[in-house]
Amino acid sequence: MTKPQEIDVMKPDGREFPKEMYDELEAFIESLETTKGALIEILHKAQGIFGYISRDVQLFVARKLGIPGAEVYGVVSFYSYFTTKPSGKHTISVCMGTACFVRGAGKIVESFKEKLGIEANETTEDGLFTMKDVRCIGACGLAPVVMVDGKIYGRVKVEDIDDILNVYRKKEEQYADKIPSGAK
Amino acid sequence: MQIRSLAELNKLKQEASGQIMIRQHRETTETNKNILVCGGTGCLASDSDKVVKNLETILKARGLTEQVKVIRTGCFGFCEQGPIVKIEPDNVFYVRVGPKDAKDIIDEHIVKGNRVQRLLYEDPQTKEKVHTQEEMAFYKKQLRVALRNCGLINPEDIYEYIAVGGYEALGKALTQMSRNEVIDTVKKSGLRGRGGGGFPTGLKWEITSKQQEEEKFIICNADEGDPGAFMDRSILEGDPHSVIEAMAIGAYAIGADKGIVYIRAEYPLAISRLTTALQQARESGLLGQGIFGTSFNFDVKLKYGAGAFVCGEETALINSCEGKRGEPNYKPPYPAEEGYWGHPTCVNNVETFANIPVIMIRGAEWFASMGTEKSKGTKVFALAGKINNVGLVEVPMGITLREIIFDIGGGIPHGKKFKAVQTGGPSGGVITEENLDTPIDYDGLLALGTMMGSGRMIVMDEDDNMVNIAKFYLEFTMDEACGRCGPGRIGTKRLFEMLSKITSGKATMADLDAIKQLAYMVKDSSLCGLCQTAPNPVLSTMKHFWNEYLDFVKDVDHPQGEGKFVPKNKIGMKS
Repeated sequence: MTKPQEIDVMKPDGREFPKEMYDELEAFIESLETTKGALIEILHKAQGIFGYISRDVQLFVARKLGIPGAEVYGVVSFYSYFTTKPSGKHTISVCMGTACFVRGAGKIVESFKEKLGIEANETTEDGLFTMKDVRCIGACGLAPVVMVDGKIYGRVKVEDIDDILNVYRKKEEQYADKIPSGAK
Repeated sequence: MQIRSLAELNKLKQEASGQIMIRQHRETTETNKNILVCGGTGCLASDSDKVVKNLETILKARGLTEQVKVIRTGCFGFCEQGPIVKIEPDNVFYVRVGPKDAKDIIDEHIVKGNRVQRLLYEDPQTKEKVHTQEEMAFYKKQLRVALRNCGLINPEDIYEYIAVGGYEALGKALTQMSRNEVIDTVKKSGLRGRGGGGFPTGLKWEITSKQQEEEKFIICNADEGDPGAFMDRSILEGDPHSVIEAMAIGAYAIGADKGIVYIRAEYPLAISRLTTALQQARESGLLGQGIFGTSFNFDVKLKYGAGAFVCGEETALINSCEGKRGEPNYKPPYPAEEGYWGHPTCVNNVETFANIPVIMIRGAEWFASMGTEKSKGTKVFALAGKINNVGLVEVPMGITLREIIFDIGGGIPHGKKFKAVQTGGPSGGVITEENLDTPIDYDGLLALGTMMGSGRMIVMDEDDNMVNIAKFYLEFTMDEACGRCGPGRIGTKRLFEMLSKITSGKATMADLDAIKQLAYMVKDSSLCGLCQTAPNPVLSTMKHFWNEYLDFVKDVDHPQGEGKFVPKNKIGMKS
């Protein structure tokens, strides 16, 4: 998908990453036989390291390869797999392939949006959930399908959505309980 | 071990064939059993890996690990009933097997020889239990050529592929055939590109082979972006070696020594199986320098896509391989003349490649004996939507849609009425009841205003509103249009907006008129296939379901159910 993503190239994105992460990316770029034609490969690696490809990381890659930042941004914004914003703790992907669509995925998406108060490709305020609509994860036999962090829920009904969300909310609460109160 | 000649390959085949013969129900001295568990993405999503784990644990506890092997295969195709487990040589097919069923499969079936009744497939019509794959309506009319090894072999074991005759075609081509003979065989077979366009594969190879350049490339297009199509993924997951072998044959034919598989990053399982297969092929000397003791060198690299539907278009794909935005180029020059970094490049689809090794072994005549006059062989379709048997089916060309939907697909669930079937994805159109008996081939579908595309079929029932379906597709192409050409970038957006206006009930007859005009404009003037075909879902639904468009339009007095309409105002005049 080629939806423009909000990114300000003039302002830093306000988040500093440890130098080790940049070192890892640099080592990867240097290990390549040639950087000719390797930009997408490098960006895949960058997203793997940082979780998303921030403005700073894009500029870092551009300088490393000796190409304009605009060229890097052009590629990042072209491909839907690359994201320029950090994701929430859990990523909810509602399949919007045609098979799921005719079996009611539209209602599922609407219901998630309403319950979480966010649109697609946004993150909830508490940073717990990011919602994405994906195009077919290939489990059409289970349509409509929702995937949360790689776990697939098949034949989902609108009534199931609270249960699905609660699984992750509960996990979070349990985790919070385990931290000694002094450390909170 | 390194394989240096056909004789060595045959020796390995003999050694490895015992296990496979069990599964092919041929006479064998083996008394062992194989439990085949589907390891495709669909079945994995419903816990087939836990089934494997439980089976192995129980086998170990019963001390049966020597006699009974659990094999994780590729996709059986019957995704609706997954996870699938098949017991060989008993030829028993179990469906919807959960991790807890592992105990009964072993204690009842394997140990005592009793079939586990509750796991057998029940024919929805006769309500009888069906024991074997061959007796199931879903498989009866299928003919598995491209999917021949999916659900039969372990895709992560090169010896199983060799046992079913793998790499023989490559050996034969390299040691017994000239480049022209290979091209001639493919040409005579009548194989056409399975990615959607239907360009004759042999001709593409011939054009590329004639280019006078030192360096050439062969690329496998595994960027299956059509939502709901998963045949390429299933082949890569279930039989990756067949694609590698075919790429090597193609490279030999066109005179290339480097290959690229351009694969979606969203397919982690296919990537991992392909990587394993490449590694094994290198270790066996089937990729690398001097393959089969000849002077032919070949190796394959993977390039990952990053989520862009337009990258299925070959020039866009090549741009993406070069690390750029995946925008298409003007053609000519065609990739066969000027492709990857300016070198002659041949781009073929996964399913096209999967057909090549069998054509080389069984001959062009055999392949050409299947199908219709202009479309030979078989085609894999991904059947989904409002249909009982969702899954992957492979049928000979020329079969009718009625046979696919009602015989193989088992008809429409919940006793609803069939309304239409959408083929060709976002580039295709709908086919209604009256045309269900048309034989399916490339040209037949084009004549119906739709296309073969990658082979996806979405079935819709009486509850589906066709305007919404058209809008759904337009939203997809609008998102995926790359922005290179005006008609694609702006036209698809305007079309989507107009369709939204219709579904929100604010449109007038003038809007319908404008949509039609714009649709034809986008079709005629877009740069590449993606946007040239983008208006098809709109035009096709308008043709067949005009009344549903009228239902949304406010200035029409549309008598429900009579199928006639009386416009209040003349077309083009606002109320």
